[in-house]
Amino acid sequence: MLLANLPALQVVIPLVSAPLCLLLRNPRHAWAWATLVSTMVLAVAVMLAQRVYAEGTISYAIGAWATPWGIEYRIDMAGALMILVIAAIGAVIMPYARRSIRHEIARKHITLFYTCYLLCLTGLLGIVVTGDAFNLFVFLEISSLSSYVLISLGSTRRALTAAFQYLVMGTIGATFILIGVGLLYMMTGTLNMTDLAERLPAVTDTRTIRVAFAFVTVGVSIKLALFPLHIWLPNAYTFAPSVVSAFMAATATKAGMYVLLRFFFTVFGNQFSFTAMHAGEILMLLAVAAILVASLVSVFENNVKRMLAYSSVAQIGYTILGISLASTAGVTAGMIHLVNHALIKGALFLALGCVFLRLGSVTLKDMHGLARHMPWTMAAFVAGGLSLIGMPLTAGFISKWYLVSAVLAAGYWPLAVLVLVSSLLALIYIWRVVEAAYFNAPDAAMHKVKEAPASMLIPAWLLIGVNFYVGIDASLIVSMAQQAADALIGAALQ
Amino acid sequence: MSNLLGHYNYWIVIILMMTGFYTVIARPNLIKKVIGLFIFQTSVFILFISMAKIEGGSAPIIAEGISVYSNPLPHVLILTAIVVSLATTALGLALVVRIREAYGTTNEDEIHVQDEQD
Repeated sequence: MLLANLPALQVVIPLVSAPLCLLLRNPRHAWAWATLVSTMVLAVAVMLAQRVYAEGTISYAIGAWATPWGIEYRIDMAGALMILVIAAIGAVIMPYARRSIRHEIARKHITLFYTCYLLCLTGLLGIVVTGDAFNLFVFLEISSLSSYVLISLGSTRRALTAAFQYLVMGTIGATFILIGVGLLYMMTGTLNMTDLAERLPAVTDTRTIRVAFAFVTVGVSIKLALFPLHIWLPNAYTFAPSVVSAFMAATATKAGMYVLLRFFFTVFGNQFSFTAMHAGEILMLLAVAAILVASLVSVFENNVKRMLAYSSVAQIGYTILGISLASTAGVTAGMIHLVNHALIKGALFLALGCVFLRLGSVTLKDMHGLARHMPWTMAAFVAGGLSLIGMPLTAGFISKWYLVSAVLAAGYWPLAVLVLVSSLLALIYIWRVVEAAYFNAPDAAMHKVKEAPASMLIPAWLLIGVNFYVGIDASLIVSMAQQAADALIGAALQ
Repeated sequence: MSNLLGHYNYWIVIILMMTGFYTVIARPNLIKKVIGLFIFQTSVFILFISMAKIEGGSAPIIAEGISVYSNPLPHVLILTAIVVSLATTALGLALVVRIREAYGTTNEDEIHVQDEQD
């Protein structure tokens, strides 16, 4: 009974827990509750992923209303991989959040923080499990609205303006998606994605569908921060609380990426998206611009959090580059990088959160000689940095290997050179942090700085450990990503 | 000409949409931006609702002698979307209140100047 309803539980557990969390006025109780819930969510995600891995795509009718009239939850391999990433990151950051949040957020807001966190988790998981285009919009807005609040809880007043900017852009993006869904409904009379895919080919050669495609693409591109629609991202990540930066960087843009994949491959179909509408060429151009421009900006950035935020824009470019090839190899590379980047950026932002806890600042100038006082934190940062650059034996290497192979297989050798050049740029900006922390003499004020508490270091090192594990034995993640790509592209071929 | 006027509902949608969008982009006042955003979203509601209307269609209640019904589903969808838009507007205004407390202004340009000085 319980097992049959896993897809619904995946979303309902955090959704129902969020208002209950609000009732617990005590910050410690709220934290314990949110930790318990996120662990349960992870358990459900693991069970679901196992079932998808063993039995194939799960289709679940909400309230037993038959599809396509009712809302369908549909989890294929791509979805299973995504819920695993979101739920795992969501659970890993919870032990970390207790100390970090107590330090960065006023006591009276802590309960609200955990409530919004659970809502955000609900939205992100909902985006992935749903098979209904309008339901997707609703979940997108649940996750977005709660993430605006999470960002605005940052410790400086600039967090407020960053949240406002994100609210304006995010709402425009979501409304664009809503317009696209409306136009699709106008032409087909259905909102179920599988049903849409079946009915669209008959009306595909109309202006309405082309406009719908354009609106959805632009809307989702804002949500996933594709260059040049990324301008909300650097401020949002820089001024948000450390835990939120880690959580958002590892999950929110990834969920956006998943929406893009769903619409391109499942709803509109490979043929329409890439052959008729030439989305591949446009995405490739934007991906190249994202990789180059954002990496260059990172190199000159002195605030390390902002440096990582711009680096995220570049990494989103890598994933989009993989997707833009529209081949199984390309989408596989995109999916692998999507997961690996969640691991890498999650770990880096968590390490940086430890620095912020002890130092109260994350600028290069203030980090001089930090490695002597916080060796474990900085070692975690360096290990994550190596993975970001793409050193062998790290997850980043696996991503780049598959991406470069996919690019070469498609015959775009200059793009392979570009990936290598931008890896060098990543080396430069990570090196600037290493230089400041390891090779510069510390200030007098640095003597008071202690190593971060174990409750924060262990989650960061856990993600680093997974990074190395993936780097050494990538077979599981590669096979899952390949199945995910097959599920996405295969669905388009039917 | 009849084609232009026949689609008057779409013209209203487009005019509202662009009014809202322009306000969001061009106005430095944050409250006006929130208002613009709201108008922008409202235009989409009209798009949905007007597509549900079928000429000669009755309200979707089964009754004798009526065979053509308007589609009720877009109305239901838009009820949800209105709630979302309401939440967005409320949150946007709440943020503006906090921004005004922190910066002493709701003008984007002045906020930008203050941020540069930090």
